[in-house]
Order: sequence, then C-alpha cells, then structure tokens
Amino acid sequence: MALLSVENLRTSYTSHGHTLHAVDGVSLEVNEHETVGLVGESGCGKSTLGKTIVRLLRPSAGAIRLDGEDISNAGEKSLRQVRRSMQMVFQDPFSSLNPRQRVATILDTPLKVHGIADKKERARRILDIISRISIPQEALQRYPHEFSGGQRQRIGIARALVLRPKLIVCDEPVSALDLSIQAQILNLLVDLKRDLGLSYLFISHDLSVVRYFADRVLVMYLGRIVENADHATLWRNPRHPYTRALLASVPSAAKAKSSAPALKGEVASAAPTTGCRFRARCPIAVERCATEDPTLRKLADGHAAACHLA
Amino acid sequence: MTDMVANSPTTPVVAPTPVTTSRSKRWSLPAYMRDPFLWVGVAILLSAFVLAAFAGVIYPGDPLDMAGPPLIWPGEDMSYPLGTDALGRDLAAGIVHGARVSLMVGVCAAMLGLLIGTTVGALAGYFGGVVDNVLVRLTELFQTIPTLLLVIVILAIGNPSVPLIVFAIGIASWPMIARLTRSQFMSLREADFVMAARGLGYGTPRIILREILPNALPTIVVATSVLVANGILAEAGLSFLNLGDPNQVSWGSLIGNGRTMLRTEWYLTALPGLAIVLTVLSINIIGDRLTDILNPRSGAR
Amino acid sequence: MNMHTPLPQRPFPVLEVLDLQVAFPGSVAVKGITFAIEEGKTMALVGESGCGKSLTAFSILRLLPPTASISGGQVVFDGLDLATVSGRKLREIRGKGISMILQEPMTSLNPVLTIGAQVAEVIRRHERLSRSKTRQRVLELLDLVGIPDPQRRYDQFPHNFSGGMRQRVMIAMAVACNPRLLIADEPTTALDVTIQAQVMELLNRLRKQLSMAMLLITHDLGAVAQWADRVAVMYAGRIVEQASVDDFFAAPKHPYSRGLLGSSVGDDAHYTRGRLTEIQGSIVSAAGEAGCAFAPRCPQAVPTCRTAPPELRTFNRDVVRTGWSIACSQVSV
Repeated sequence: MALLSVENLRTSYTSHGHTLHAVDGVSLEVNEHETVGLVGESGCGKSTLGKTIVRLLRPSAGAIRLDGEDISNAGEKSLRQVRRSMQMVFQDPFSSLNPRQRVATILDTPLKVHGIADKKERARRILDIISRISIPQEALQRYPHEFSGGQRQRIGIARALVLRPKLIVCDEPVSALDLSIQAQILNLLVDLKRDLGLSYLFISHDLSVVRYFADRVLVMYLGRIVENADHATLWRNPRHPYTRALLASVPSAAKAKSSAPALKGEVASAAPTTGCRFRARCPIAVERCATEDPTLRKLADGHAAACHLA
Repeated sequence: MTDMVANSPTTPVVAPTPVTTSRSKRWSLPAYMRDPFLWVGVAILLSAFVLAAFAGVIYPGDPLDMAGPPLIWPGEDMSYPLGTDALGRDLAAGIVHGARVSLMVGVCAAMLGLLIGTTVGALAGYFGGVVDNVLVRLTELFQTIPTLLLVIVILAIGNPSVPLIVFAIGIASWPMIARLTRSQFMSLREADFVMAARGLGYGTPRIILREILPNALPTIVVATSVLVANGILAEAGLSFLNLGDPNQVSWGSLIGNGRTMLRTEWYLTALPGLAIVLTVLSINIIGDRLTDILNPRSGAR
Repeated sequence: MNMHTPLPQRPFPVLEVLDLQVAFPGSVAVKGITFAIEEGKTMALVGESGCGKSLTAFSILRLLPPTASISGGQVVFDGLDLATVSGRKLREIRGKGISMILQEPMTSLNPVLTIGAQVAEVIRRHERLSRSKTRQRVLELLDLVGIPDPQRRYDQFPHNFSGGMRQRVMIAMAVACNPRLLIADEPTTALDVTIQAQVMELLNRLRKQLSMAMLLITHDLGAVAQWADRVAVMYAGRIVEQASVDDFFAAPKHPYSRGLLGSSVGDDAHYTRGRLTEIQGSIVSAAGEAGCAFAPRCPQAVPTCRTAPPELRTFNRDVVRTGWSIACSQVSV
C-alpha cells in the first residue's frame, strides 16, 4: 500500500464569479522511501496540489489517503493527529520562520503542542534533529534574521522533522537559494531520507534539480498531470509534447545558440472547455485534440502520459 | 559534472557560521538612539509622568483650593511660579495635578481602544467570511459617528467622571486600531510561517496570539501612541467644554477656566496649553521612532 | 594609403572596464574588476548573491544606490570614461549607446502609462522624429520583439501583459535606439523556463541583427554555456576566473568555479550515483579578510592564501580580455 495516495483531486478557487480549478483531477501515489518529483511552470497548480495534500487547503473533490486513512474531508481536530505524519518545507527562507521567535521556540512548540510534556525529552529530540542538520547548538538562542538563507532553510527543515513525519512535501525548497547552497541542502535532504526513512513529494520548476533528486517524476500543466515516469525514462524518452518542450527549453552547452525555442506562446490562464488543455501551444496537435480531452493512460510499465499521440 | 568521490556522507560539515549583524559584532548605538529628537521627546514625556506621579508630594493639598492672591502673573511672585487664576488658585499646582488626569485618561482610553480594536480586528482579519463582514460593519458603525459627539452623548447620559470619560473616549477610538489590526492579520495569515503553524497542528488561539499577534504588534503599538495623544486632546476638549469631571483638575479644565480672560491674563490658557502641546508632540515623536525600536530586523539581512 | 592593406585582426572592444572599484561607506563591494566586451559578443558575469555582479552592471551606467560610489578604476566606452564623464553626457549614452534590461518585468514598467507611450518615450529622448514616425517605429519594435498584434497592444497597460511579454517590451525599449551594448541583469530569472528560452533566443537574435554586444548577468550556468562567448566568475567583489566559455566549461580552473560547476546538476546525475559537490560554508562578509576571500571555504587553501590576496594571472593570451585569467595561487598554469 502506498504511503500517500491521491485520487482525482480537485481544488478550486472562486474569484469574481469565476471558478478556477487550480488542481483539476490529479491522481498520484508516493510509496514509502520514495521521492516523487512534481514539475511544472507557474500556474500549473503544483503548489496548490502540495498545500491541498497537507490539508492547508480543502479539496473540493477527490480523496487523499495517508497510510490508508482518507483525510480529504477530515476536520481540524482529527487532522491534528495526522499532521504528525506529514509536514511541509516552504520555498522562501525569509518568510517561513516567525521572525519574532527564537529558533528554540520554533523547534520546541510543535513538540509541546503534540503532547510531549517532558521538557528534557523535548530538548533531547531537538538536539538530535539539529545535529543531523548541522545546526550548531548556540543557534537555538538566536532569531531567524541572524541567519543566512541557507541556514534558515535548514531550520525550516528541522522544524518539519521534529515530529518525525513519514512524508515531507517540499515546495520549491531550494529555488530561493544560491547554487552552492542548493547543493548543500539537496545533499542534506538525501541524507535525511536515508537516515530517517522519509518519503518526499518534491515540487519544483527547476528540471535539473528534480532530475537529480527524484525517483519518479510527474509533469503538471494547467491543473493536470500530463506525464508520469521514473526519472531515467522521463529524460530518455519523454512522450508528452509538453514534457519534450520543457526539457528542450532548459539551457545547456549542448544546445546550439540559434535553435528556435521549443515552445511558442504563453500559458493560458484557464483550461479550455473542450479538448486537451495543451493544444493551443502544442506543436503536434491534431483535430482530435480539440474535441477529446486525453486521460492519463499507461504507455508502458511505470510510464503514463495524457496525450492522444503519445 | 558532479564530483562522484569527493564528499562521502561522513565528511564533517563546517558548522554554518550565523551571519551576525554589525550591531552585535561591535556593539554600537543603533541609529534610532542617536536621534536627538527622540531623547527630547522621552525627556518631556518622562517629566510629565514624574510630575503626575508625584503631584501629591510636589503640591500637597487640593489644587482647587485658594492658595493666594488672584491673577498674579508668572514670575511676579516666586511662591507662585506660574501665577494664580481669578480665584487665587496656584496654576503650577493645577498643571501638575492636571497632568495626572490628562495622562491617565489618555493612556487608559488608549488601552481600552487597543483592547477592543485588537480583538475585533484580529478576529475579523483571521477568520474572514461572515465573521469579518459582521465585524467590519460594526467598525464602520462606530467610525461614522463623530468621536467628540459620541463622547459628549455618553457623558450627557451618565455622570461625568474620569472612568466614564476613559470609557467614552476608548469606545470612540477603537475603530482605527481595529482596521489596522485587521489588515495586518489578513496579510500575515497568508505568511509561510503561519501556514507552517497550521501544518504543525497548532490550535487557532495559539496561532492568533503567539504567531500572528507578535508580528502585528509593532504597527499597532505605533498607532496606539496616536491614540494616547488623541485621548489627551479629547479629554482636554471635554474639560474645556465643562463636560469633564467637575471634581478634578485637568489641563483642559484649566484652559476652560482661563477662557474668559484670554485677552488679558492669557498665561492662564497658554501655559496649560503648552503642557498639552509638549506632551502630545513628544508622544508623536516617540511613536514615530517606535517602528525602528520594535523591529528586530533593523540592520540585519 | 594602400587599399589592400589588411585591417588589424584584433577586435576592438565596445566596453572596457579597468580595475573598477565600487564602495559603500565602510566597505568596498567591488574590489577591482577588469574585463572587456568585444563587439557583437556576449560576456557573462556569474556569481552567487552578494558577489557584486549586479552592482558592477549598474555601475557601468553609474546607476548606483544613493550611498554607493565608484571609488576607482575606469569604464571606457567610445573613448569616454563613464566613471567620470559629466551627468549630461552620461544621460545621452543611457538608452542610446548602452541600454539595460532588468530582472523584474513586473516592476520595471510604469503601471500607469501605456506600453506604447513608454517605448515612444525612449525614442523621443534620443531621436528627433515626428509623432507619427515615432509611433511607426514603436510598432516596428513591438513586432521585432515578437509581440503579436502590436496596433492593439500599443494602447494597453503593463497589467494586460504576462511576465514574458513585459520582458519583451523592456527589450523593445532597450533596443529602440540601436545601442552598441545591452546590459541584461538576470533577464530571465523571474520567468518560466519555456519563456526563458524564448526571451534568450530573442536577445540572441537581436544581438546578431543589430550587431550589439551583450553583458549578461546571471547565476544560471546553463544559460551561460548556451548563450555566452566569454564568462567571468565573481566572488566577494572580485573576478576569480575569466575565460572563453568553451575553455571554461571544458576545464574550469579556480576552486570556486569548480565548486560551482560541481554544485550544478549535470546530465545523467542522480543522487543514487553520487552526491553533488558542496562548497562548505556560505559567503561570509569578506570585509577585513586580508587574503583570498574564498580561502575559508576552499578545499585547496594553504596558509599563505589567507595572508595575501591572489593576483589575477593571465595565461593563454597576453591581454586580460582575450585570455584565461585566474586569481588563485594554487593553480599552476
């Protein structure tokens, strides 16, 4: 049984009378000790998906099962227990920590709230976590603004781990960091996964990072998953035209300077009412694409794509 | 391009050195402390509070008692350094005792306004939806009633006394704090660290009081200083109109008493007026500088 | 003069920055930078946050924050030293001889003016054209940068445009007067990767079409590899390595450059096959650092590295601007 199983999830916003389905029918699974990467560009709904899974947002339809238990409609009281098993790491190291709390308080409060009354026990757990994350002990008495971006991100990771969750949803955890600090944090996350038996849902727009870090990759466009493959297959044999365009757009030395950009046009603000939502920009769209909305179908073992022509 | 061999998991990681601000490296006076205006303001306000606190010691007895010959000018007779009024009451004693009432009303009314305003604003800002709608309408209701009129009406209904005046001014001034608190809460509610708190299963009271409020407080405190100043002015206005507590001396009542002699013995209105001006000014200056003082991030990043 | 005498082969640089120093009260942020940009070529300035690359770019046009100033060195453009030239002359060059595009398309355009008016303003500032000719030119520019339906878009406001489109408008403004040098400060960082590719391709195409040189400030090594001709790596206010892009990516020499390249994910890299190379620690304020600013983090540092700042040594060619320069005492050439 998968650790996390999401079925046909939909999260909608209403503004000015229009309903926007930021997540529009997403199904995915994260197994134990697995890292699932979720890539997509701005507006694809990946952040919304992440927040819905950890129930910071309420889904409008579909199911979220953590360890078999359906939490999609659970109330805050019953969710509290569940929250020990899944946590989130946020993108911006400068706003993800309460600027008015010392690091010690930031790490201690979760334990207090979840019933660990013994002060010594809490201190022990905190020291255990910060040693794994290479945060020195004197950091505990400082305030977030005294640290650099990379250090703050470490503190954010420590906070996510202090309750010993099984699943961590990482929402662009290294996007706001310098390259050399990115490497440190990625290596750290790899180590923690191994040492603590974690599973990750790793959300990012940075394809190279996802390529390095994930076991399995999901590509998202306008609220839907358009391709699902393991990391090697996705780069070796991408089947959905959007995935191909995305991979072709990543700059590298191997590409000639004069090559035309892989994808023209811009992301639409909302999905069209009929047919494939990618057809407006798709280089290979045919008539069928305008009328029939493709579903995510299995192409081979562990490889699925939502395209009529894949 | 990755170096396959170099870093084994057991390579010791250099402990990240916390980036210290220049303030903690070599302790030097932060910018706000070097501001002379701030010190002048603090000095004036502190003197006002000291005078108010020790009024009974400096000028024992009732300042409304006759103390000497009437209408002595300041400087004429050193036993009445600021002169006397038409009934022979010592103006200096009046100002010192009046400080007590004026400051107390200002501060207490502001505290009441702060309490009500923060509560209303926090609930409206955090919960949104129906709660927000109702509370915003309530705020608007109180805001559209002219402050002084509301206060006068309340005092006309009840017996004018210092507690009632405090209540009346507080009731009239909370909307400003409520609006400010509400907007702070609305924006902080979306901050990542608040989402993290929710994700960690913190209860709503904890999130409102321990996570959001401490971050909203600097802005609210600065606004409260304005409330204190306004409270002092409102009280002065009321006492001037003889709507204040008749048994107490306040700066406003002194100004009111001297009104009829404005053209001849103008010191009777000018000196208490000056006391009000200096106090309110110093509160404004301090309030201005409070943002720097309360902000832990000044200088860092 | 003999008409058949071959002209000298050495290309003439459009911009030459010589030992540029930029200081704030109390600290020096850019500590002596030297580089040159050849006509029609792209020079990339890379580094992490705090290295001074953006400050360098802005100081070329003297667009410094109020407390900063150029404390030394020269910025030679068209025979003039931009560091000391008069304000009036500098304003003539800005937008016409040298243009700039910035990182945040959201905030670089004036929200209350139509984009047509904003592009027209650049033209009117530097050239004397009639109103209709100006409008004509604006429409041509909008078309040149790939904005569909320019007639309609002329009268629209920035909020009607997406991020990628706004960046194109900025590019239109920048190339309106055919500058010889375009400074691009992280032009694609705030954009999606598919839009990034479009914008970079556009910049490259324009560069060739208009014979424009480009100074590209970025932290994206992939973009440098694909689009730049030369690269200079900055750390703590100094250039630590400068070389042609081919040489650099084949075999970077400075320990920091190697650390950077090691930190970035290469083709075929996966965590199951090995860790990313880390550069230990983080950039600490190098104020007061007597020796090499990178020494505290350098895997190859020796004690002498902390006492004397390393010289920039050039090999492969004799002039800094065309050769390979390294600022490291531990690299043997």
